[in-house]
Amino acid sequence: MKKPYRRRDLLGIRDLSPAEIVGILDTAETFTEISSREVKKVPALRGKTIINLFFEASTRTRTSFELAAKRLSADAVNISVSSSSLSKGETLLDTALNLDAMAPDCIVVRHSSAGVPHQLAKVSQAAIVNAGDGSNEHPTQALLDAMTIREHKKHIDGLEVAIVGDILHSRVARSNIHLLTKLGANVRIAGPGTLVPGDLASFVSDGLTVCPHVEDALHGADVVMILRIQRERQDSAYFPTLREYSIHYGLTNDRLDLARKDAIVLHPGPMNRGIEIASDVADGSRSLILDQVKYGVAVRMAVLYLASGSPTGN
Amino acid sequence: MKLLIANGHLIDPAAPENTGTSVLVEAGKVVAWIKPGEAVPADCEVFDASGLLVAPGFIDMHVHLREPGQEHKETIASGCAAAVAGGWTSVCPMPNTQPVNDNAAITRYMIEQAERAAVANVFPIGAITKSSDGSELAEMGEMKAAGAVAVSDDGRPVPNAGIMRRAMQYARDFDLPVIDHCEDKSLSSGGVMHEGKISLLLGLKGMPALAEEIDAVRDILLAKETGAHIHIAHVSTRGAIEAVRRAKNEGINVTCEVTPHHFTLTDRAVECGHSCPHERRFDANPSVASGNFVGGTDDADKSVRTPSAYDTNTKMAPPLRSEEHLEAIIEGIRDGTIDAIATDHAPHHADEKALEYDRAPFGIIGLETAIGLALTELVHKGVISLERLVEMCATNPARIFRIEGRGTLTPGSHADVTLIDPALTWTYTNAESRSRSRNTPFDGWQFNGGVVASIVGGRIVYQRMEEK
Repeated sequence: MKKPYRRRDLLGIRDLSPAEIVGILDTAETFTEISSREVKKVPALRGKTIINLFFEASTRTRTSFELAAKRLSADAVNISVSSSSLSKGETLLDTALNLDAMAPDCIVVRHSSAGVPHQLAKVSQAAIVNAGDGSNEHPTQALLDAMTIREHKKHIDGLEVAIVGDILHSRVARSNIHLLTKLGANVRIAGPGTLVPGDLASFVSDGLTVCPHVEDALHGADVVMILRIQRERQDSAYFPTLREYSIHYGLTNDRLDLARKDAIVLHPGPMNRGIEIASDVADGSRSLILDQVKYGVAVRMAVLYLASGSPTGN
Repeated sequence: MKLLIANGHLIDPAAPENTGTSVLVEAGKVVAWIKPGEAVPADCEVFDASGLLVAPGFIDMHVHLREPGQEHKETIASGCAAAVAGGWTSVCPMPNTQPVNDNAAITRYMIEQAERAAVANVFPIGAITKSSDGSELAEMGEMKAAGAVAVSDDGRPVPNAGIMRRAMQYARDFDLPVIDHCEDKSLSSGGVMHEGKISLLLGLKGMPALAEEIDAVRDILLAKETGAHIHIAHVSTRGAIEAVRRAKNEGINVTCEVTPHHFTLTDRAVECGHSCPHERRFDANPSVASGNFVGGTDDADKSVRTPSAYDTNTKMAPPLRSEEHLEAIIEGIRDGTIDAIATDHAPHHADEKALEYDRAPFGIIGLETAIGLALTELVHKGVISLERLVEMCATNPARIFRIEGRGTLTPGSHADVTLIDPALTWTYTNAESRSRSRNTPFDGWQFNGGVVASIVGGRIVYQRMEEK
């Protein structure tokens, strides 16, 4: 059997082919069962070293990657750095070379600056996995979102997916737009004009529509993906108040009723309850927010397995 | 000592009445143009310029030499060494030194340091405001007396229109051009590349073209009102070029310059890397070119890594713009709207560029690659003639900055000469750079046409060695 994914790094969804994406999702499916075992461990990556290098605060993603590594029997090391490499008086290159000297097989990196995984990949001998870089991409989030959708809808091709919120700053939105359109979904974007880039329209392919109103995006949607709103955006005059944002753009049950009856709701977390998503929606029957977390571990197991030197070929 | 630059193709747009194939130089000055068959002095050294363009020494209106204060990046001596290797016999350093060149003492220091240690002429540009902080006017009159040729707060554009208006009114009294790096920071703050499709795709904060255009229009209106001479530095957007074109047609005293990187590269270099393409368009990622999010390949190979995106050597201010702006720049060069080519040579230490894209400093070096780029991208592609190139690199800079006796080879002028072989094929390599810094996207680029020698004050200060 040919390996579905033969790249050295996972820097973003944009570089992947549909076949590679499906290959990762298929691999992740084979790992889902491990997390339900009594002994949640397989020796797939025994002897491999994985460094989780997080320059940005994260609980969910870091824990998910750590669990994924440990369930595959890899040695996982967590390094949390308060901010940039510069704050330690060394360059990003220094950081990469120092980590490389410890001979890890894979470095999972999260950073507030876009492009850092790409910069590390240029110099590092280890496989680089992007766990979120600034406003650029968050590929494993998009993969776990896709897995969640696929598990519940059985397919992605042809689905109507609404993505609502701060598109401009969202790495989750970027990765999801790439992934969902590659797999044949129709993506509808909506949010305040200040947070939906005008140039997004120029990217419109067969699968992307920018909607003038949230209601337009939600109407008849199969999947509703709500993005976290950063409170500091109010201070930067992207919108007047959180109150007004919640009134005009927040997902309430009334708005959700515009979507299909069997629509599912996703949110990358952490949620601002009552702002971008009402609590009764977040906790409602159509919300799959905790499923996303569950599938996140499986997806990251698949990514680590495929990227960190698993045996090629069969 | 006499020097005869013999049998060359002489181009001097400032003195079209002069004819000849040889130039006689003595005591640092041009003595005469000599026609074929005319007698030449027997006791002179001969530089055989057969097959070469012989032009007035090029003047780079916009460089950063980092001395005083940041000599680890560049010194006046190292910057001038790079300049003459690139064909620039005179350079005009911007005032963003440490301390800022906002008074006559620093202006004098720079000139004296150049006289002591440098191989090129240095004509400093003084600050518009004290410390370039945009509030109090700097002593422009004193700086002019000390040798400054213009004023600018380059990199820290004066945000307050009232201060800029007074600066222009005051500079006009001293016949000093006011240079502005046009950028409304309220629109571009936090931006690290051109705002557009590519910035959106890469998740990098963009600097909209509007930020440059609003400031350019403001400056032009102020120049119209005050009668001062405004010079727009490194113009990079369609709107700014159109504003300059309209202003010139209206008779407003406005000039502008363009950098080689802005007429060569687009913002796609940030995404795709910047290996020498021999053409201006990057096609490393057809999915972007077609405006389609869907990309990727089915035959990805583990040994192949993603193209070299986020290279900090593609980060400069103004940023590399999109194709439509590059086309407007080319048109502005072609029709004469853009007066000059300037490098905006901005050296930074490797450690500073080895940072995250949004934390790395803006700017690239350019003294040694500028003329190669101009010949390759403009002359050989038929955008401009060799004569227009000389006009943009020598005649116009001297005219704009009122530099007497330079930018021309008419008898009596300074014997600063740039010699170019338009047919030379050569490759620029960082390792051979004379600059103290290495921050350029053009490492390894091959050029069609290049500088063969530079003469300053009648002395050969640079001569290209045969390529191995």
